[in-house]
Amino acid sequence: MRNGNRDISGLVEPDRVHRLCYTDPDIFAEEMARIHETAWVYVGHKSQVKAPGDYYTVQVGRQPMFMVRGKDGEIRVFYNRCPHRGAMLCSDRSGNAGQRFRCSYHAWMYNFDGTVASIPATSGYDGTRMKLAEGDAGLKPAARVDHYRGFYFASLAPDGPDLETFLGGATLTFDQLVDRAPDGDVEVVGDCFRMIQKSNWKIFLENQLDVSHPSATHESTGVSAGQVEREIEKRDGGKPPLAYSFISAFKTPIEEWGKFDTVGHPHGHCFLAGYMGLRPQDPDTVEYETLLKQAHGAEKGEAILSTDLHHVLVYPSLSVQPPLQQLRAIRPLGVDRTLTEIWHFRLKGAPEAIYRRALDYYYLVNSPSTMVNADDLHNFWKCHNGLASEGGDWVSLHRNYGSDTVEDGVTYSAPGTMSEMPLRHMMQIWADYMDAGKGAGAGGSGGR
Amino acid sequence: MPDADVKAAAALPVAQVDFETQRAVEAFLTRQAEVLDDALWDEWLGLFAPDGRYWMPAHRDQAQGDGVPNIFWEDLDLMTIRIRRNTHPHAWSQSPPNRLSHVVSNVAIENVAENGDVTVRSKFHCSEYLRYEVRHFAGKYRHELVRAADGEGEGAYRIRLQRVDLLNAEGPFDYVIQWWL
Repeated sequence: MRNGNRDISGLVEPDRVHRLCYTDPDIFAEEMARIHETAWVYVGHKSQVKAPGDYYTVQVGRQPMFMVRGKDGEIRVFYNRCPHRGAMLCSDRSGNAGQRFRCSYHAWMYNFDGTVASIPATSGYDGTRMKLAEGDAGLKPAARVDHYRGFYFASLAPDGPDLETFLGGATLTFDQLVDRAPDGDVEVVGDCFRMIQKSNWKIFLENQLDVSHPSATHESTGVSAGQVEREIEKRDGGKPPLAYSFISAFKTPIEEWGKFDTVGHPHGHCFLAGYMGLRPQDPDTVEYETLLKQAHGAEKGEAILSTDLHHVLVYPSLSVQPPLQQLRAIRPLGVDRTLTEIWHFRLKGAPEAIYRRALDYYYLVNSPSTMVNADDLHNFWKCHNGLASEGGDWVSLHRNYGSDTVEDGVTYSAPGTMSEMPLRHMMQIWADYMDAGKGAGAGGSGGR
Repeated sequence: MPDADVKAAAALPVAQVDFETQRAVEAFLTRQAEVLDDALWDEWLGLFAPDGRYWMPAHRDQAQGDGVPNIFWEDLDLMTIRIRRNTHPHAWSQSPPNRLSHVVSNVAIENVAENGDVTVRSKFHCSEYLRYEVRHFAGKYRHELVRAADGEGEGAYRIRLQRVDLLNAEGPFDYVIQWWL
């Protein structure tokens, strides 16, 4: 296919990708239109807008939008634009609009379902093409809005698979997050952390499934945390906080990371098996597991707890870590600039200690002072700059190419490898979307 | 005094202190900023009481640091990890190393306890040299200082709690804040 002056076909091969996919501004504009503004993109969790009139702004593709809870309890998503002269309706990131939205410019008023509440001097529109009674002046909604277990998504395309079909196997990540709550519900805690990465959005997504990077990238943090753990143990009766193991795990030698399997699903969603040792048998965990089994029954409770899942990537906008009770939403700001919004959740009915554990992870790995992502973001920036150069056209995705297997449309990396299957898989899906397909393929990364 | 003024005065208390106390507290805050700017990490740890903590809230109206999201919430053990990690030869984000330059001012001592412990607020401005570019931070410090048994002058205190309210606490942040501000 052609995109302006650029022929995109040929930029994605089964085992390598052309650098322009990451660095070309025209391709970026095209992928916003064809991927982020057609696929289901994560908007937010229902607990961000609890009361009628609560709104939360969000960027979907290149479009400034907001979600708002109506007086009927429904959550809707609209373009953040007054239909009159185009002013944004919401200039705060979030808040409560009271009884209705009021545009700051000419006092046009809107109900939370998007209909016009009132327009000053309405008679001025008599006899004009503006048909107020026919809803001409209402807020423009996202073409489609749906949620899965309280996690809201919007698609700006009227056609395409419904949300549950789109998510496919990735629904497991939300089931995991919600079912881990003894009361069967979760809620966001506080506001999100917002970090900007000076790199293309795909570099972040790829890193989430790249098991060969942690011990290389995060060695300094793993080693230092391990040293302090040992020093605490030597102090009188010292027991290092459990959370330190979240970062000392990064000293695990590179060869051992191959045991964490990766799986690629239709539409580009990818799984990484768990690795954080999140079922320690300390009293807090035991108490929590007892509560969960009381809530679900022993068998289902055990099935929930033993699901081996560290990371689920919901292509193209979301990375979820259910056992760690957090997610990261990706908002591409430009070809070389990406905002991540990092949220964490409280499991309703779980002991406070379980929340504290998730909070510690949230702090150590994802706070604006993180000692972990500091090196990821640095590498992303370096990658983007390297790819912008003419020092080489191709990005290698060769590791274990040819050994992936596909069953029922799901792609599996060869067990025990650090296969780059997820990276190949996502780029095949990317190419499918860019070729005006729906990204529904298995990725075709199995064959040579 | 009108009601509003009474309220404002209560929110921003200023204790009547002698010149020597004011001078010693200001010298301590200046010293702390210099220690950060000159990357004297052993001395940094020495500024804190054994149970001391560095806290940067994620929101300006945050009442507590324990059990809620923060930008920084670190005791001496976590600070030790951070120092070793940032000075490790494979701390990739420290290539090139970032540098800080602080100015601390508007020092108002809020309270001096009978045992000499001090609560003091101040303002800071910090420039960071990061990957050959400069970015800026501004905000408010609030220190709970304990009187050191043997110290005098700039060494007369140890930090029990340093609260740092960043002007832009809610972000977004263009890259990670790697060192304490």
